[in-house]
Amino acid sequence: MGDKTMTADEAVARLGSGMTVGIGGWGSRRKPMALVRALLRSPVTDLTVVSYGGPDVGMLAAAGRIRKLVAPFVTLDSVPLEPHYRAARESGSLDLMEIDEAMFMWGLRAAAVRLPFLPVRAGIGSDVMRVNPELRTVTSPYEDAETGVHETFAAMPALRLDAALVHVNRADRAGNGRYLGPDPYFDDLFCEAAGAAYVSCERIVDTAELTKAAPPQTLLLKRLHVTGVVEAPGGAHFTSCAPDHDRDEGFQRFYASTPWPEFAGRFLAGDEPAYRAAVRTWHEEGR
Amino acid sequence: MSAPPGVCPDGSRQRVTRAEYCVIACAEAWRGDGEVLASPMGPIPSIGARLARLTFSPDLLLTDGEAMLVGPDGTPEGWLPYRQHLALVTGGRRHVMMGASQLDRFGNQNISCVGDWERPARQLLGVRGGPVNTVNNPVSYWVPGHSTRVFVEKVDLVGGVGYDSAAAAGPTATRFHRIPRVVSNLGVFDFATPDRSMRLASLHPGVTVEEVAAATGFGLTVPDDVPCTREPSASELAAIREVLDPRGLRDREVKG
Repeated sequence: MGDKTMTADEAVARLGSGMTVGIGGWGSRRKPMALVRALLRSPVTDLTVVSYGGPDVGMLAAAGRIRKLVAPFVTLDSVPLEPHYRAARESGSLDLMEIDEAMFMWGLRAAAVRLPFLPVRAGIGSDVMRVNPELRTVTSPYEDAETGVHETFAAMPALRLDAALVHVNRADRAGNGRYLGPDPYFDDLFCEAAGAAYVSCERIVDTAELTKAAPPQTLLLKRLHVTGVVEAPGGAHFTSCAPDHDRDEGFQRFYASTPWPEFAGRFLAGDEPAYRAAVRTWHEEGR
Repeated sequence: MSAPPGVCPDGSRQRVTRAEYCVIACAEAWRGDGEVLASPMGPIPSIGARLARLTFSPDLLLTDGEAMLVGPDGTPEGWLPYRQHLALVTGGRRHVMMGASQLDRFGNQNISCVGDWERPARQLLGVRGGPVNTVNNPVSYWVPGHSTRVFVEKVDLVGGVGYDSAAAAGPTATRFHRIPRVVSNLGVFDFATPDRSMRLASLHPGVTVEEVAAATGFGLTVPDDVPCTREPSASELAAIREVLDPRGLRDREVKG
């Protein structure tokens, strides 16, 4: 088994401008924020970002790195509306493929199983079809046994990714990854849909320790789908990464209410240790 | 009990608050649903769903808002991560109560944006699961602040599919489409009309037809006799106040 460990900057150095990048997690939950912060330190831009969007989308949009977004929503959960995403949309500075949560999942699934599309009922009758004129429909070749109708479905195109960025609780050096929280979200699917997948984790452990006492179904990521492993304690901050850490609600509120240049200048000008130190200082000032 | 035309008698006997009538009206959405997942969004629908589960719809399943299925007291009984949740939606064994930033005459719902989608005046959440929910399982709506800004003639973007949009799209959209009810802080609404446009189904006590009409941006069907939203029983009130919402989240969402 090869050693795939690398730094966040090394992982991001493998990305290029113009790529399609999928970002795991959900809203403000288990987002690979250390990798996003590394991306913000890099010159990579003109991205198509595919995400159940949270602050990953907000920050990349605020920094002008997103050409096109594919998403069913962007939210900070406890703060419903992502301020920087709102600003980007209201100023017309990014293209959007707005699709339903389930269409998004089936698009990733289609990419993972190397199909051009998968048929879904979702989207039919809604303006998702209007605002995405490239979406096509497909008529069932089978007569429905109950209704006798050949139903017509949305043909959700594969969301093929050049790269996926995800964050899990534990991984080994070969890229096997384990989540410890209540929900795997779609992180395995992001990795399967991608040409290359970069996994950050709270802690790198030996394979034997990774699997010891683990319910087998928590072993979410298989190394054959993983290109790089990055140890990033607190790497989901300020989003949640149960049970290692909860969402940093106070800091998230601060992020949501602070002008982007001020926030970026104070927290994102340096590397990951500098970020953690700046957050620590911010918390100490608040006491 | 008699009341002046268009006015419901006040539930002053137990000093029932407006928020508590809203809880009852939300809970009633899940009556008779059987063994399905109740997916309430927002504090009052959540209290309502748990009240239904605790009383007249004991077979309902509830989530903790994350990935666990839980009883009304929070005891886990199962696991429902997002990937299973999105699949369960399409199987239909679910009744969700969503919010709505805009809702129109035929029950089209918008939580995506206000204004032109290409460059919105106000970007909101996005369509989220509205499109998949509405063509797969029953979808009710909850609006804590009934106003002409929410109840509009036509939504700016159809996320949740309404009756006219479903009919126009054909059998794929209509097959499993149903909007059982809309609950607001003023009353309960349904689509039991020949053209499936919105109808006033009941008024919360203390609310008049005129008040609802003034807060609604389209012509609502109003039957000759509009009933009142039913009174909570003493045991339901006790459950709401002492078990389900002792911190009074409901009164922060709806005043009065």
